[in-house]
Amino acid sequence: MSLTKAERTVILSMWDKISTQADAIGTQALERLFASYPQTKTYFPHFDLHPGSAHMRVHGAKVVAALGEAVKSIDNIGGALAKLSELHAYILRVDPVNFKLLSHCLLVTVASHFPADFTADAHTAWDKFLSIVSCVLTEKYR
Amino acid sequence: MVLSPADKTNVKSTWDKIGGHAGEYGGEALERTFASFPTTKTYFPHFDLSHGSAQVKAHGKKVADALTNAVAHMDDLPGALSALSDLHAYKLRVDPVNFKLLSHCLLVTLACHHPAEFTPAVHASLDKFFSAVSTVLTSKYR
Repeated sequence: MSLTKAERTVILSMWDKISTQADAIGTQALERLFASYPQTKTYFPHFDLHPGSAHMRVHGAKVVAALGEAVKSIDNIGGALAKLSELHAYILRVDPVNFKLLSHCLLVTVASHFPADFTADAHTAWDKFLSIVSCVLTEKYR
Repeated sequence: MVLSPADKTNVKSTWDKIGGHAGEYGGEALERTFASFPTTKTYFPHFDLSHGSAQVKAHGKKVADALTNAVAHMDDLPGALSALSDLHAYKLRVDPVNFKLLSHCLLVTLACHHPAEFTPAVHASLDKFFSAVSTVLTSKYR
């Protein structure tokens, strides 16, 4: 699966807007994740997961910053996220099913912040992009 | 996910052991799929899916032949499976979740017929191989 030219354009143009609220979006996506899918909290026993906690804000910002790296190197996401890929493979070992859950929450969050831009085509582009990122982050698991 | 040299060796030697039984195992895997996961039957409204059906046996042989071809071209699965990939993308449109179900049944079938060879390492290699094949067959969906 790869992104079409049109999809790449959508992502790059929406990213400009998203990056202005990057931290809020990352934090909210995580908040949604932990609320809707409590089993995901098991990966963060060392965090304060209350909405608005410093841990949540810092981690949300981290996640969106990494997505920003992937957007910047949208033609070589594998290369851009190589270190994160190893981190997830050898240390974090987040079960792949959770990437779908977080992707869903990111899409919902972006949709709620930018409803006019989140057309069906934009939705598809973002879903494919997050699928590719998830693949990269789980490709070294075995 | 990349198949290591050890994975490729495991897959090839398993396939050598299967020999001429591949078609028979393909049919059995399909039968197991339809029995354990009845939702998969919806893709075959035009088939007789009863036990011992000639259509299921014939289809099992088709699936097995495609896998045998894939084994012979493990270094270029996208190339070897390109036509099948188009078929699944534009005509068959089998929901990706079903590839996992069929892969599971293929593994169970192989484990039943070759228990001694089906070590954890071989199991893992075959699972990776079927995952790789499934990924190729769903890569053009969108």
